[in-house]
Amino acid sequence: MTDHNDGPSRRTVLECMTWAGTGVLWTISGGVPHSLGLVDEAKASEAMAVDAKSTGALGLTFLQISDSHMGFDKPANPNAKGTLEEAITRIKAIPQKPAFMIHTGDITHLSKESEFDDAEKIISQAKLDVHYVPGEHDIIDPDIKIYKERYGRGTKGSGYYSFDANGVHFLGLVNVANLKGGGMGSLGDEQLEWIEDDLKGRSASTPIVVFAHIPLWSVYPAWGWGTEDSARALGYMKRFGSVTVLNGHIHQIMQKVEGNVTFHTALSTAFPQPAPGTAPSAGPMKVPAEQLRKMLGTASVTFKQGEQRLAIIDTPLQS
Amino acid sequence: MSFARTLAIGAMTGLVAAFIAAASPAQAADVEVKIDNFTFNPQQITVKTGDTVTWTNHDDIPHTVTSKTMVFRSKAMDTDDKFSFTFVTPGKYDYFCSLHPHMTGLIVVEASAGK
Repeated sequence: MTDHNDGPSRRTVLECMTWAGTGVLWTISGGVPHSLGLVDEAKASEAMAVDAKSTGALGLTFLQISDSHMGFDKPANPNAKGTLEEAITRIKAIPQKPAFMIHTGDITHLSKESEFDDAEKIISQAKLDVHYVPGEHDIIDPDIKIYKERYGRGTKGSGYYSFDANGVHFLGLVNVANLKGGGMGSLGDEQLEWIEDDLKGRSASTPIVVFAHIPLWSVYPAWGWGTEDSARALGYMKRFGSVTVLNGHIHQIMQKVEGNVTFHTALSTAFPQPAPGTAPSAGPMKVPAEQLRKMLGTASVTFKQGEQRLAIIDTPLQS
Repeated sequence: MSFARTLAIGAMTGLVAAFIAAASPAQAADVEVKIDNFTFNPQQITVKTGDTVTWTNHDDIPHTVTSKTMVFRSKAMDTDDKFSFTFVTPGKYDYFCSLHPHMTGLIVVEASAGK
């Protein structure tokens, strides 16, 4: 589970391939991750319920949804709208209502008004507050006008912001704007300065959750799967005891723990992408129809207050 | 023109286009660049002033063609969309996909014999 290499080791890749078909429940106690093993959805809910009983409270549980790609209709999934609807239906069925949802970008495929409309229509059915950050597919129009009008109110720059919930401090970051030729994801100086400023004066015991579209660690630079100036951002978070980084973009589950920082990427609800280096490119991966829903899904994240402990459960549309 | 285009689609795109431009300086060539598997193909190409380069996206993911110095900049090109640019000034034109910036390409523009 722990992987101190910068790139994905062979072991990581293999683990991720295993994870693709089921949920993984894991927890952190005192900064050390413990995998509770592969679980299916029912067992995951059970485990959470047991935990809730033993602690007397669930603390904070929120959901992560990512890469809905409204408008995508290619062979890898001709009905991305349908699979997003399935994901939201499952979210609605969760017995304990999550506090809110985060969306880690690529809401749409081509930044069209009609695609944003479809996303809104479907996602709003979950009846949860949603905190968005854009993916590169959401800011295709000049000046990022459509995304900003819909989701950018009260945000800075291309749409970054922070907020607090149950004692946890959240930063929604944008690493898909003003990208430079030959590079990867980028936060840019202005946003980096804002991050430093935003974290100043906060207690080191405050749990920090950072969410952004492209992974903030170098998953696979050859495919651009990383953020070139993420080290500076993570430097500002070194003094915090618990930092969780949630990303999307790569349409598969990956995680890495490095010191106090846990990195995790979520499944897409639209189409799977290949594991690093296993295909000529990162393009949509066509899998047999009966496999598709095992490779799409959402994640839930739970903090138990006072326990420095968090659990991330990835739930595919079909286990 | 259509003869040139047919030839230009061949594997030796750059050379053929350059050859045509040299052989008939009055006639500008059409040069094709394919976008396939998150790469520009050919990744580097030499053309003459007056030539038009047309990029076609064959991926299931949108891409852009964006000059590093913003000399040219396509909209997001969905599958099978095309973008063309006619080069009038000699020079080296580095470009990339603004959505996937690890995708880079280079157009070298040489003065055509007629200029």
